[in-house]
Amino acid sequence: MSLKILDRGSGELLGWHEPDEQRSWILANKSREMKDKRTTVSAAIASFVQDGNLIAMGGFGHDRVSMVSVYEMIRQKKRHLVLAGKTAVHDSDLLIAGGCVDKVEVAYAFGHELRGLSPASRRAVESGQVKISGEISNAGFQWRFKAAAMGLPFMPCRVMIGSDTFNHSSSVVIEDPFNSGPICLVPACYPDVAIIHVHRCDIYGNCQIDGITIEDFELARAARRLIITTEKIIPNDMIRDEPCRTSIPFFLVDAVVDAPYGCHPGNMPGLYYFDEDHIAEWLSVSRTSEGVESYLAKYVYGVKDSDSYLKLVGGVEKMKRLKDLELIGNHPSGPAQRCETA
Amino acid sequence: MSEDSAYNSFELMACAASRVFEDKRSVLVGTGLPIVCAVLAQKTHAPNLLIVFEAGGVGAQIPVIPISVGDSRTACRAVMATGMDYVMSTAQLGYIDYCMLGAAQIDPYGNINTTVIGPYAKPKVRLPGSGGGNDLGSLCWHQIVTMQQDTRKFVEKLDFLTTPGYLGSPQGRENAGLPRGTGPYRVVTQLGVMGFEPSSGRMKLLATHPGVSVAQVRASTGFQLVIPDEVAVTEPPSAEELSILRTEIDPTGIVLGRGRGEQEPSARAIAVKPTPLPD
Repeated sequence: MSLKILDRGSGELLGWHEPDEQRSWILANKSREMKDKRTTVSAAIASFVQDGNLIAMGGFGHDRVSMVSVYEMIRQKKRHLVLAGKTAVHDSDLLIAGGCVDKVEVAYAFGHELRGLSPASRRAVESGQVKISGEISNAGFQWRFKAAAMGLPFMPCRVMIGSDTFNHSSSVVIEDPFNSGPICLVPACYPDVAIIHVHRCDIYGNCQIDGITIEDFELARAARRLIITTEKIIPNDMIRDEPCRTSIPFFLVDAVVDAPYGCHPGNMPGLYYFDEDHIAEWLSVSRTSEGVESYLAKYVYGVKDSDSYLKLVGGVEKMKRLKDLELIGNHPSGPAQRCETA
Repeated sequence: MSEDSAYNSFELMACAASRVFEDKRSVLVGTGLPIVCAVLAQKTHAPNLLIVFEAGGVGAQIPVIPISVGDSRTACRAVMATGMDYVMSTAQLGYIDYCMLGAAQIDPYGNINTTVIGPYAKPKVRLPGSGGGNDLGSLCWHQIVTMQQDTRKFVEKLDFLTTPGYLGSPQGRENAGLPRGTGPYRVVTQLGVMGFEPSSGRMKLLATHPGVSVAQVRASTGFQLVIPDEVAVTEPPSAEELSILRTEIDPTGIVLGRGRGEQEPSARAIAVKPTPLPD
């Protein structure tokens, strides 16, 4: 008896490995040793991000994203990257504008949610400078990572069926062997590198995330290489006091980068809200290529370290304002989503 | 009408769409106007509306409109902060009653496009794509869309079918393999409120907004809209609704401000009551 394939999307299959090939790669390349993984952002990006890699950014496009890594990839002139457009917002807009990206698999990209479309990314995709490998939905991408995180070749799901989103995806529809109805299979996706920004972790990479985890619980296991940037480094004892709070364990992690405010101008739950003035500046100047160049010259190439970046974008006073904005509506009797406890 | 009660088309859409939600139900909301509608419902007639966001916020009590469906306000005073796998699985399991989405194009069967305008290979405008839209529209029981209505947006044939409505017939979804009993429910625009005809799966006019004629709705629709003998008129926004929208939910006008400066519609109106969900 053979499995009946009813339909097949035309999208390019990215980031897929045979489960046994992935197991062998993990056996050969991922150390189980709990060792100090602290490094600088420039060393982490130089070591683990290669030109042409499939990159997945943790967080949600402009929420809990590692902007510090985005700036560094642009600074190091990474090229021909393929982006998991799993809700790609400010992070990918900058990467695309910085010339780092050749191709995107799109669940959500080229937009800024409430703020509208992203001028720089749109220009790149509409001119053909950035290619699209295929379409997918957010849950489709999430479940590609989930299949990978489980060491499986694919995940069955009931989304995308009947749509052009499916037709342009790398998924298939098969006849469900249990009830004979159509069911969609999304292929596992193992990004070459994932970069996840967290609230705190120890020097080994045991991470705590406050608030929503988005896709990162699965993405951390799906990715071959995992760079963690963190608001704060905490003692290992604090991890062991509350092990139920660990969402990413050390053995998945390749590098730990201490990066306070590393998500600016994005939103870091409990710590700081969006810097809308800064994002508005970007969305305004990025309407032209010249504007993009002058922005990157000022905020990326022209900045020698994170202290000078923070000073440039408004310093301590600005960060305090963003924190006040972040705390609107949170219950006065308790810390917002526990972020102040550590 | 007093100065205070004048409203723009976005405020009218927000109020009309928020009234579709029944209390003690669950909703997964997309970015933009849908969030405003759900929060307005929660702050008025549906205090027990369970608002869920695709990135992991479950049951938030939202203070002011989130800019992103994944920002921290989506988990403010929430009952759970989890991830996308959990939320989408919950929808796939049947726990989510409504979704509310925006769209660039919609067709007679409630299928929507948020991917490209123009040919896919060489688009005139590249839009963000499905995001969670396809998932929400596939998995939630009732799909609600809020969008502007004109002949470029209400089209016979979409440039790209991002998210399924009824596909092409009332059984279209189930035949394709989508969850049984789900589908398009309401479309709320600046002109009126539409539902769907059970026998054909095609869009049907339910109500016009104050001051809008049936002919005007028809002229703004690029396909044959089912027009019943009786068409209701939407109740205009109340002073309470407007005050909540302007002072609490969207004080900076990031969503609702786009419609400012338009002529105020005015007419006597009756309320549109949504069809109750099965118990």
